[in-house]
Amino acid sequence: MSELVDCRGLSCPEPVMLARQALQETGNGTVQVVVSNAVALDNVTRAANQMGWQVSVEEEGEEFKLSIKK
Amino acid sequence: MRDRLSIIFAGAVVGLLAVILVLQGNPANMGFCVACFIRDIAGGLGLHRAGVVQFLRPEIIGLVLGAFVTALYVREFKSTGGSSPLMRFLLGMLMMTGALIFLGCPLRMILRLAGGDWNALVALPGYVLGVWFGTLFLKKGFTLGRSQEQTAVNGYAGPFIAAVLLILLVTAPAFIFFSEEGPGSMAAPLFLTLGAGLLVGILAQRTRLCTMGAIRDLILFKDYHLFLGFAAIFVVALVGNLFTGQFIPGFEDQPVAHVSSLWNFLGMTVVGFAAVLAGGCPMRQLILTGEGQSDALLTVFGMGTGAAFMHNFGLAGSPAGVSPAGQWIAIISLALLFIIGISNVNLHRKAKTKDYSKAS
Repeated sequence: MSELVDCRGLSCPEPVMLARQALQETGNGTVQVVVSNAVALDNVTRAANQMGWQVSVEEEGEEFKLSIKK
Repeated sequence: MRDRLSIIFAGAVVGLLAVILVLQGNPANMGFCVACFIRDIAGGLGLHRAGVVQFLRPEIIGLVLGAFVTALYVREFKSTGGSSPLMRFLLGMLMMTGALIFLGCPLRMILRLAGGDWNALVALPGYVLGVWFGTLFLKKGFTLGRSQEQTAVNGYAGPFIAAVLLILLVTAPAFIFFSEEGPGSMAAPLFLTLGAGLLVGILAQRTRLCTMGAIRDLILFKDYHLFLGFAAIFVVALVGNLFTGQFIPGFEDQPVAHVSSLWNFLGMTVVGFAAVLAGGCPMRQLILTGEGQSDALLTVFGMGTGAAFMHNFGLAGSPAGVSPAGQWIAIISLALLFIIGISNVNLHRKAKTKDYSKAS
């Protein structure tokens, strides 16, 4: 079972804080993040981009799955 | 780049509208003041009887409805809630407490500064200190927990209440209070105040403009995105005030303000601290309400209730200053915020967890 950063239902800035922490812990590779609102999607994407990571997003019903790669 | 331009544009529009609203009749340096206007609405509904601050402010109604319509249009409207509702109500009360000690929400602090009211310059570092307190708890794992999807009626409640307030404003039944003197009696024409609220509601929904997030993100992430909006409000309001002769620098005799520096400072510390823990400044809470978040609506209810307490018990600041009881309530509020902060820290927070999402 793979790992992911579960930010569903969390309000900002928590998703950004958790995602940043995960990215820092991972260093290189892929981090999966799942968020449940557009604000968190925007903010996590912006933070990841600023840290030099590439983000691809998949919309699954009411949720967004982000694959963040470096 | 487009993101940056939109948040600067949104901030600039807020600054410009604030200047116009004052020129057209709103109280000075109060083109927008979310805390003051929610307090006025509480008064209009008779929840407090401070006769000079009672009015169903259309700006508030417009902010909620503007965000609501936009969220529906861009498919971001979602009924959610259930993330520590009681804490959110209390944080709303505390946010209002601090705002009524200082006499303004963070947005009005920016507008007061842009009008040359140096008391706001004293309040600004207090606000930053409050936000900094909040970020300390965030870093330690402060959380109000996850919100859940709720039935539609929870999300529509906020916009519905805003619509009812608009009907009450227009029909003006006898049980609604309207100030005949003082700040509550001063207002730009309805089409302007409502229109300005709607426009800012739309822009703030799209750009996530937040006067607390502006400072918080700078401290936490050195991210100045939201701060661009904060700065744009100030710059445009300042230029507008300079051009229209509304920039009157000084500490003394500033409109709807007092010169007690300590309490201006601490009042905004309370607001900044509470806003971080609640996840948004007073204006942002209205936008989230429009997006269907019942937790944000509860924060707004807390603000209205807080305003009623502050005026009913003579705790709110006034141009004469802050009463001893008001000073005590500022200190107590700060203490309560530390208690709320400490008691909602999740020390075991981990960023990554096992992926259960496929199973569900």
